[in-house]
Amino acid sequence: MNKYLKQLNPKQSIFGLVICIALLAAMPFIAKELGGTTWVRIIDMALLYVMLALGLNIVVGFSGLLDLGYVAFYAVGAYMVALLSSSHLSDNFAFFAQHFPNGLHIPLWVIVPLGAGLAALAGIMLGTPILKLRGDYLALVTLGFGEIIRILMNNLGKDTFNLTNGPRGINRIDPVTVFGYSLDNTLTIGSVQLTKEFLYYYLFLALAIVTIIVCYRLQKSRLGRAWMALREDDIAAKAMGINVRNIKLLAFSLGATFGGVAGGMFAAFQGFISPESFSFLESINILAMVVLGGMGHIPGVILGAIILYTLPEFLRFTVEPFQRNVLGKIWVDTAIVRQFILGLSMVLIMLYRPKGLWPTPEREDKKDIVDVSVDKPASNPAA
Amino acid sequence: MSENNIMLSVKGVNKSFGGLKALSDVGLQVKKNTVYGLIGPNGAGKTTFFNVITGLYEPDAGEFILNGKAYEPTAVHEVAKAGIARTFQNIRLFGQMTAVENVMVGRHVRTKGGVLGSILGLKSVRAEEKAIRDRAMELLDYVGIGKYHDYVSRNLSYGHQRRLEIARALATDPKLLALDEPAAGMNATEKVELTQLLRKISNDGVTILIIEHDVKLVMGLCDEMTVLDYGKILAQGLPENVRKDPKVIEAYLGGGH
Repeated sequence: MNKYLKQLNPKQSIFGLVICIALLAAMPFIAKELGGTTWVRIIDMALLYVMLALGLNIVVGFSGLLDLGYVAFYAVGAYMVALLSSSHLSDNFAFFAQHFPNGLHIPLWVIVPLGAGLAALAGIMLGTPILKLRGDYLALVTLGFGEIIRILMNNLGKDTFNLTNGPRGINRIDPVTVFGYSLDNTLTIGSVQLTKEFLYYYLFLALAIVTIIVCYRLQKSRLGRAWMALREDDIAAKAMGINVRNIKLLAFSLGATFGGVAGGMFAAFQGFISPESFSFLESINILAMVVLGGMGHIPGVILGAIILYTLPEFLRFTVEPFQRNVLGKIWVDTAIVRQFILGLSMVLIMLYRPKGLWPTPEREDKKDIVDVSVDKPASNPAA
Repeated sequence: MSENNIMLSVKGVNKSFGGLKALSDVGLQVKKNTVYGLIGPNGAGKTTFFNVITGLYEPDAGEFILNGKAYEPTAVHEVAKAGIARTFQNIRLFGQMTAVENVMVGRHVRTKGGVLGSILGLKSVRAEEKAIRDRAMELLDYVGIGKYHDYVSRNLSYGHQRRLEIARALATDPKLLALDEPAAGMNATEKVELTQLLRKISNDGVTILIIEHDVKLVMGLCDEMTVLDYGKILAQGLPENVRKDPKVIEAYLGGGH
């Protein structure tokens, strides 16, 4: 208890908070100094992956339901935004051309909740038929679901019914606009020029922080406990009066919501999406972030997402110069080294930190032994 | 004996697994504020009966009345809501959660904080959350493991885990507490302590239905009992009568003695 009070010392925590905010605000500037605009972009994407990983963490980490098709929800959100805020529908469907000659350009602040809702619906659609499945079987069906969505996007691009433009993808998606200001335009404040990447950084940061707060509150709530109870022992959870079906569906739909929002942001940020961005490997990557970070532990999952997204990018920029400068010439192709190091680091993490890089801390029932040894001399002064 | 004196009334329960008749025409009546014992040799159908009345197994036939109201044991969580809380023969705690969190899960069925309320941190939800925690701490103290509240439950000792499971069941505000071999694996001292705890729970107004192997413990604790053997009722009634029943003696000691 004392430790808790110390942690909540108001002066210290305010000071810490100020430093945190300053660091987070300065992050893109530091990144730009060190690696150029590319690195600001990488950080932007890392923030999106933080959201994705936290969303998947609700399903996998909190509730213990292995979901290998999470990227489907990301795709649903992305396609929703792409269709509703580009001219694609008007170009291909007479009905839309007639009513919206310039294309549907619904403001993102309307689409994002819609995308989130649609993803949640997709979550329930996926969840309902597989309520009785567990473990491996659940994983297989979710994997199939992820693939179905991707294949659907690929094949709904025929000339007769061109909903998704198939593998060619949808481009010229509207950027995010905040109070009428498009985030694609560079914002100049005094002598500081904030390019697109900077503006999206702050937007994604805000969204990531909201996601983190929501996740924390859910975890500490009655529902969060029900999810964890389900993960630990579903029969005991039922015996405690938890409606397992509802709690599972809630986990799937809430997890999907975050995926949907992140997908929408991704579409608006990139301006272009195609089914290629939503492959099975992407689901595996997000899952790896959750597992390697520390399943169910929010700070761990955030760390996992940041490391697993930035490490390959970091290697992309360092492997080649390193070989050239230190080894004299390029011995092995960069892509191969990158995959190798990434794979190796995953194996090492699982070997030496099987619960993840930053798992939930736990107390063990060994304190009594220590207590007794401390108490003894005091209670027996004669000795 | 008037009807509203009865907490649980079960009649004509039948349950087969394939060709094996696990329960045939089993019934019993548990009076309010009493401790009711269910004993019998291994494989007699005690746990099957428990699983049936708590909704884990679907019975082939049977009539179930809890506190004057008929209930259908088809969904486990509905039975818990109706007021039967149970523990398990092989302890089923939420291993990675702390002791207090385990008990807090038990409050789930009596509380209603929803998604939006939790996310927005509404005052009512926060107040409810505090009430849940306070009640959980109270129950941990009640069963005597209050100081281990922040220990991960799988790191607790065996006896403490048994107590934690009882606290978690009590957190659902049960009308009937169903205990499946709570003394299994305990030594003599722990058994005495457990008996004291169960007496305390009973005195505080919770009706208890208990499966137990330890005949001595059951005889000392229970007001009434049923002996099962091969899925059938062998004897039923007051402990002193059951003890003398020749069929019970034969089932426990074997024929020819």
